[in-house]
Amino acid sequence: MQNWYMLTLVGKDRPGIVAEVSQTLFEAGGNLGEASMARLGGNFTVMLMLQIETEKEGIKKLLQPLGERLGLFFHIDEIIGTLHHHVEPNFRLSVHGADQVGIVAMVTGVLAKLKFNILNLESDVGGNPEKPIYIMHIEGFADCSHSNLEKSIKPLINEKKIIIHLAPIDTMMG
Amino acid sequence: MAKLEILVYPDERLRQVSQPVKAIDNKIVSFISDLEETLSSLPGCVGIAAPQVGLLERIIIVDVSSRPKHKNHGHLVLINPVITFSAGNSIGREGCLSVPEYIGKVERSQNIEVEAQNEFGDNVNYQMEGYEARAVQHEIDHLDGKLFIDSLVGKRNVLKKRTNY
Repeated sequence: MQNWYMLTLVGKDRPGIVAEVSQTLFEAGGNLGEASMARLGGNFTVMLMLQIETEKEGIKKLLQPLGERLGLFFHIDEIIGTLHHHVEPNFRLSVHGADQVGIVAMVTGVLAKLKFNILNLESDVGGNPEKPIYIMHIEGFADCSHSNLEKSIKPLINEKKIIIHLAPIDTMMG
Repeated sequence: MAKLEILVYPDERLRQVSQPVKAIDNKIVSFISDLEETLSSLPGCVGIAAPQVGLLERIIIVDVSSRPKHKNHGHLVLINPVITFSAGNSIGREGCLSVPEYIGKVERSQNIEVEAQNEFGDNVNYQMEGYEARAVQHEIDHLDGKLFIDSLVGKRNVLKKRTNY
């Protein structure tokens, strides 16, 4: 059985990064699994599941010239790759407010106490540079009631003057 | 009655346009009861379309009554369904028996009006919204050879108007 790796790549954003990286991996016999790629603050970031016969050192040698040419930092971890085992979220939180230190820690701290498993988190800083606003979306699974979650996040809304909108996720299966 | 096998993407039959049902004869009645048994054997599933089990005829079953917080019309067998009115739009999460292990966000009309025949051959007409309207649109798409993965909106498309499902 071939090994699975998690490949992390970060570099200044420019067109063609994904094409060059995937072509290099393809030519080396690599099979790509699930991936998350996003431009974050002018950087392009890649988290990519890679299945390849090469050992870790071999992947490094493969990516070194590419990294130098495109100005990408990369990192490789051996992982246990399990595909086809998705967990479906049952709650979504939309959080926004004037940007302030600690929003993520406060919100996720409350969620962690409820054993809320975060499956996806996306955040952006918007607004104008003088008055930045922080916007975050969290999707996850928690084995608790809507009202329990609501009660737990309410103090944050009152004390920290941030808006948190909690909504159930009900996936339509047809 | 028999539980039918679900076709899975990329099976070409899921891409065919289904034909209108000409007469609700014994064969169709028996097929509907098999389709009902198939749907009820699939926990969490609120709809099924005939082409998902390989019969290319315009029959769907939708039953959202297991999600009582969503407005619904109960158990519906819709033969030759046609959407005669649609308004508004909403983004919601959908999955499909024919596309296992994948959930995606799809934009649908928020309100629809659907005309069809029921399993007894009566003409029926329903005004639907939200979750139930989404289910019916998803199933009617199957009759036209379309799958929800043809209409995905991006994962990060989170700031558009959306509803709670």
